[in-house]
Amino acid sequence: MGAHHDDLHDAAEPHGRALRLGIGGPVGSGKTALVAALCRSLGPSLRLGVVTNDIYTTEDADFLRRAGVVDPERILAVQTGCCPHTAIRDDIAANLDAVETLEERFGPLDLVIVESGGDNLTATFSRGLADRQIFVLDVSGGDKVPRKGGPGVTSADLLVVNKTDLAPMVGADLTVMSRDAAAVRDGKPVLFTSIREDRGAHSVAEWVTHMVDAWRREHGEPHHHAVQSAVQSAARQAPAS
Amino acid sequence: MNGDAALLLLADSRLPAGGHAHSGGVEEAVRRGTVTGAGDLARFLRGRLATAGLVTAALAAAACELAAVDSGGSAGRELRAACDPGPPPADDAADGVPLWRRLDAEADARTASPAQRGAARTQGRLLLRTARRMWPSAALDALARAVPEGPHHPVALGAAAASAGCAPRQAALAAAYTSVTGPATAAVRLLGLDPVTVHRLLADLAPALEDTAHVACASLDDAVPADDEPDGCGAGHHQGRQPGRHPERQAAWQAARWHALPGHSAPALDLLAEGHLTNPMKLFVS
Repeated sequence: MGAHHDDLHDAAEPHGRALRLGIGGPVGSGKTALVAALCRSLGPSLRLGVVTNDIYTTEDADFLRRAGVVDPERILAVQTGCCPHTAIRDDIAANLDAVETLEERFGPLDLVIVESGGDNLTATFSRGLADRQIFVLDVSGGDKVPRKGGPGVTSADLLVVNKTDLAPMVGADLTVMSRDAAAVRDGKPVLFTSIREDRGAHSVAEWVTHMVDAWRREHGEPHHHAVQSAVQSAARQAPAS
Repeated sequence: MNGDAALLLLADSRLPAGGHAHSGGVEEAVRRGTVTGAGDLARFLRGRLATAGLVTAALAAAACELAAVDSGGSAGRELRAACDPGPPPADDAADGVPLWRRLDAEADARTASPAQRGAARTQGRLLLRTARRMWPSAALDALARAVPEGPHHPVALGAAAASAGCAPRQAALAAAYTSVTGPATAAVRLLGLDPVTVHRLLADLAPALEDTAHVACASLDDAVPADDEPDGCGAGHHQGRQPGRHPERQAAWQAARWHALPGHSAPALDLLAEGHLTNPMKLFVS
């Protein structure tokens, strides 16, 4: 933007704002459970906001509100018109709007989590929306999934393989999953979790904490974007309920 | 440059401005069993174009013209008195903020359903966000300041069109086009209709889209008479006038007859928009 225009809409500008963390993955792999676990673990130490992209309804947002892991006001739901991947990759306008709404209402925030709607293995977040992204698989989807790759599995900053407690029951070989994931991810980290057993997903929370700390070191302490508030004020999307 | 390429970008469904999540009432019509197939959809689209489509086309044309007239500078200062006699902040007076508010209020007055107003403002806010990065301009900045909660979509569309280098007729065409293409795409997704059948419906509507843009511009000529029109509906608001500063147009805007812009109502669309909000399983925002 030219010097004459106070560009208030460039999401790529990272200085002094929260880390934006995208969480994607297939339907039922445990994305919402992971968001809830992260809120449980990180809520006491970080200022959080959450954006959900339900396929329909506000199921995920409602689940998080009921779970009581984060102030319900800090959860916004975005509708995606049958196209969850479009809303996080090709046309991120509604999600950016929701993220900035949270930052304006409750800022400064340390971490804004954007949970995608359940999608397929090709779904990834635009870098205009998420600074870091986690892709969540579960063992019951089949232990061949990491080998199949796809942009979500190969390019996410962290791959989480959830529901390890089910591995014996579904005949999934975690060693195979670990080896295949390492082969396609070029050294990027993989964590195995069972959120049912570890309600705080502590290994993932620790990784996120490192990311937030690194983000803050690089881009400075988050501060409230008051100028933006002046231009785009109150009448934004109300919290879906 | 005549704005044709910019028009393609602006009307493209891939424009990243949040439009993909709006069905224009189709989702609720499907839920109620009003739209069940291609035949119903054809009638729905024709009705939508003749009402909401025409109104938004005229508003977009007006916004495009206004952005061209008032691309910053003194125009707003002199026009302000005609629209908003109260003493404004000095900053606002210089950039046409009162006129943008007035045009947005005209859009509000033509949108009976609160749900539709909300959807129009959400889409307008997201389009403005995208347009300000794609085609930065003083007019878009002024519009953002004038309507901080987000302008109506056709107002944002017209301002974006002007900033992109389009003429009012192209802005009207883009508004008419998006008034039917969004709902058509939503119907494909919701009902599993043959996409070629639905695009055939859109192709059949092409002449009506052109007519709608024409009528929209004619109404703009009535509301804000062009000073160089050869045939009553010509050069003023059509391809002839190119974006840029047109201070000579200030007088015309000062005396604008806002009521000349169409105000067709579509009660069924209003009811569908309100009903949509009560749907606990909705896929689209509107």
